Amino acid sequence: MPSRWIDICDLTDIPVRGSRVVRFQGAEIGVFRTASGDVHAIDNRCPHKRGPLSEGIVHDGAVTCPLHNMIIDLKSGMARGADEGCVAVYPVEIRDGERVHIKLSAA
Amino acid sequence: MSRQKLVVIGNGMAPGRALEELFERAPDAYDVTIFNAEPRVNYNRIMLSPVLSGEKQFEEIVIHGDGWYVDHGVTLYKGHKVTEIDREAKTVTSEHGEVAPYDKLIIATGSVPFIIPVPGHKLAGVLTYRDLDDVDAMLLAAKSKGKAVVIGGGLLGLEAAAGLKAQGMDVTVLHLMPTLMERQLDESAGYLLEKAIRARGIEVITRANTKEILGDDKVTGVLLEDGTKLPADIVVMAVGIRPNGELGKQAGLDCARGILVNAQLQTSDPDIYSVGECVEFESNTYGLVAPLYDMASVCGRHLAGETDCAFIHPQTSTKLKVTGVDLFSAGDFAEGDAREDIVFRDASRGVYKRLVLEDNRLIGAVMYGDTADGAYFFNLIKSGEAIDADARDTLIFGQAYAGGAPLDPMAAVAALPDDAEICGCNGVSKGKICGAIANQNLTDLDGVRAHTKASSSCGTCTGLVEQLLALQLGDAFDASAPKGMCSCTDLGHGDVRRLIKAKELKTIPAVMQELQWKTSCGCAKCRPALNYYLLCDWPTEYVDDQQSRFINERVHANIQKDGTYSVVPRMWGGMTSAKELRAIADVVDKFSIPSVKCTGGQRIDMLGVKKEDLPAVWADLNAAGMVSGHAYGKALRTVKTCVGSDWCRFGTQDSTGLGMRLERHLWGSWTPAKVKLAVSGCPRNCAEATCKDIGVICVDSGYEVHFAGAAGLDIKGTEILTKVATEDEAMEVITALLQLYREEGYYLERIYKWANRVGLDHAHKKVVEDLDNRRALLARFDVSQRDAQNDPWAARATDGAEAHEFRVLEPAS
Repeated sequence: MPSRWIDICDLTDIPVRGSRVVRFQGAEIGVFRTASGDVHAIDNRCPHKRGPLSEGIVHDGAVTCPLHNMIIDLKSGMARGADEGCVAVYPVEIRDGERVHIKLSAA
Repeated sequence: MSRQKLVVIGNGMAPGRALEELFERAPDAYDVTIFNAEPRVNYNRIMLSPVLSGEKQFEEIVIHGDGWYVDHGVTLYKGHKVTEIDREAKTVTSEHGEVAPYDKLIIATGSVPFIIPVPGHKLAGVLTYRDLDDVDAMLLAAKSKGKAVVIGGGLLGLEAAAGLKAQGMDVTVLHLMPTLMERQLDESAGYLLEKAIRARGIEVITRANTKEILGDDKVTGVLLEDGTKLPADIVVMAVGIRPNGELGKQAGLDCARGILVNAQLQTSDPDIYSVGECVEFESNTYGLVAPLYDMASVCGRHLAGETDCAFIHPQTSTKLKVTGVDLFSAGDFAEGDAREDIVFRDASRGVYKRLVLEDNRLIGAVMYGDTADGAYFFNLIKSGEAIDADARDTLIFGQAYAGGAPLDPMAAVAALPDDAEICGCNGVSKGKICGAIANQNLTDLDGVRAHTKASSSCGTCTGLVEQLLALQLGDAFDASAPKGMCSCTDLGHGDVRRLIKAKELKTIPAVMQELQWKTSCGCAKCRPALNYYLLCDWPTEYVDDQQSRFINERVHANIQKDGTYSVVPRMWGGMTSAKELRAIADVVDKFSIPSVKCTGGQRIDMLGVKKEDLPAVWADLNAAGMVSGHAYGKALRTVKTCVGSDWCRFGTQDSTGLGMRLERHLWGSWTPAKVKLAVSGCPRNCAEATCKDIGVICVDSGYEVHFAGAAGLDIKGTEILTKVATEDEAMEVITALLQLYREEGYYLERIYKWANRVGLDHAHKKVVEDLDNRRALLARFDVSQRDAQNDPWAARATDGAEAHEFRVLEPAS
């Protein structure tokens, strides 16, 4: 399946230590911005009980799921600590210093 | 061989260095002609700040004086801007009509300052900070000793602010982000920087969004998005730069953000090179001097005929050129799973150091206050040298300790003489602590604190005291017993609450720095706790940090297992009306809300509301006069009542009226954990007041005030606090009790647990016996309520607050 880059939003549309949700062709993706300014995009469903990760507290390059506190690393998509599980991670690029693009598989 | 013609457009630091490299290797290969739009020779642009502050003169920062150009046979056109490149004819033309033919061309047109296109950005008195003309304009303006506003709290903005301040201006820095220099520094270092900048008398406003620059023909002030007006005689925009690739574009060279080059700095036309800030290489653009010099070196060598040179995207480091402020950052200091942080904080000296390691290699460093090892760490980052376990233990101490035997902390403490001072705050020596442990049979930190006062003030010697306990008691001492509030700190909630007040810490980064947090920005456990403590202790100063709140408190609704939300409007004292019920019914129909249920606290809960619908749901509920019920928060939840003397044949007092009055007085206040109240009109207790956090039982002669009940994980009847004769006094006692709990409770600690910890008679003493203290508690509660009773639903439904929370991004497919 070919993949393509999609222009999502301005960098400033995502609060620092916060996130936004992107819906695209049925998929729901959480786009996060960490304290150090990195932007990450991951599937917006916690591997534990499908909690919306975008609603969690962002800290230390990770997000804590709002439902049962599983901590997901934003860069690798892996659960941190003793928990097991992972979510899909999408490549992100900041173009022209302000536009956030993410790479998706296009149908 | 006849000399080729080399033309250079731009006379900044990068082409200057490229020519030096070229002349060193092939002094006779080219006849060189330079066009400089600025009417002067090549100078050290990064030293403009000392010129602005008056610490240096322009002459001292010149790199190549007029003699250099003569010595190398370079023709320099000063004040000639090139307007056209003709690639067919291989010529360039300046605005004065000068035409120069070339065999090789270097485009080094640098960058242009980014101007925020707000209304008024073209007024006289709006300056940028890029070259000597800008500095001269600022120096001229500074003669009036008026007010300056600098927009941008990055490297350039802060240097400009410090320079203008040194010239006697009254300076305010506006920064869009929450912390200064967020690209180069993490929050902790940004906090220390802000403190240092303020200490020099420069005002700093973060989260400042400029709306308009005010003035008719000349700047008179700046208007912020939040309505703040700042008077200003000059405004300096220092929000960033963008590559100036215009000439390259006009000439048809491949360009993106800047002029695209290969590793030899050649553009899509191999006879045309480009170096400096106008360049884009592998999607990167550059603004710091080190990579620009690297480019220049490769370009100069390639022009001299070397073929084995290539530019590699380099690591960069940053230093701020403001005298007396030491900060350094290099490499990549973002967090990541595979990465480890080593953090060192020395609160009393204002020192913060953070090293980031990945695969046993140093990849990033941030330092504030003590940057002596900056170069050493930067070298380790660039070399990518593996750091073994031994070296890692002392790495943060820098070069002086490198390679030395790691110190065993226990051995170090054991080696201290008896008169060594352990606790600086209270002047307690090692001998005194060890003596107390032996003589009083102390087994834990609290014991040492009680008997010697060591570690009972600022707490920074806690680790040392614990080591002394371990040394003396051996395995009998369990250091893990007194728990920190989370793995980010060894301090417990009590210590943190006490130190926030004692040290007047008013922001989350301030707490983390001064209390020596072990992580750079906390975790999902400590951030909400700190946010509450700061909000409670500094109600008029602290800015609530939305990103440190759990989702429910951020979107003012309760998240459900499927990601939808439940909405509970406030019904004062459990009373409702036909109008309210009709509005609720209409909302349920309009938004197809799947479930409606009565709660245990006498409210109506609408379950299954989509997040995007929340503002519209609230707008409709607001229209019927309803506000948020805070059913989602660590906050005052509900006051449950029975019908009381209005209807009930047993009722002794107006329990419904008192409940409504309590709820109207207390709502909107944030608390350590949820708080539920009830008022029953007689001892039959239909409102079940004796298992609530705070309950009232009305009797013929007055009101019994109860507290510390529980009916959740634990079941516990209330304790009686006092009995009062009037409704007014009941209001007072309950309000003071709530405020005492707000000030003393640990985050997520319900009232019954707090009462158990501090003792049941504690609240009686503070609220019932000590009337002065009761009045002081009431006054503090009033202050904290001043801005608390703004309905968070209305703010979001009609005023558009936090709008991004409720909008999903849907890119065009």
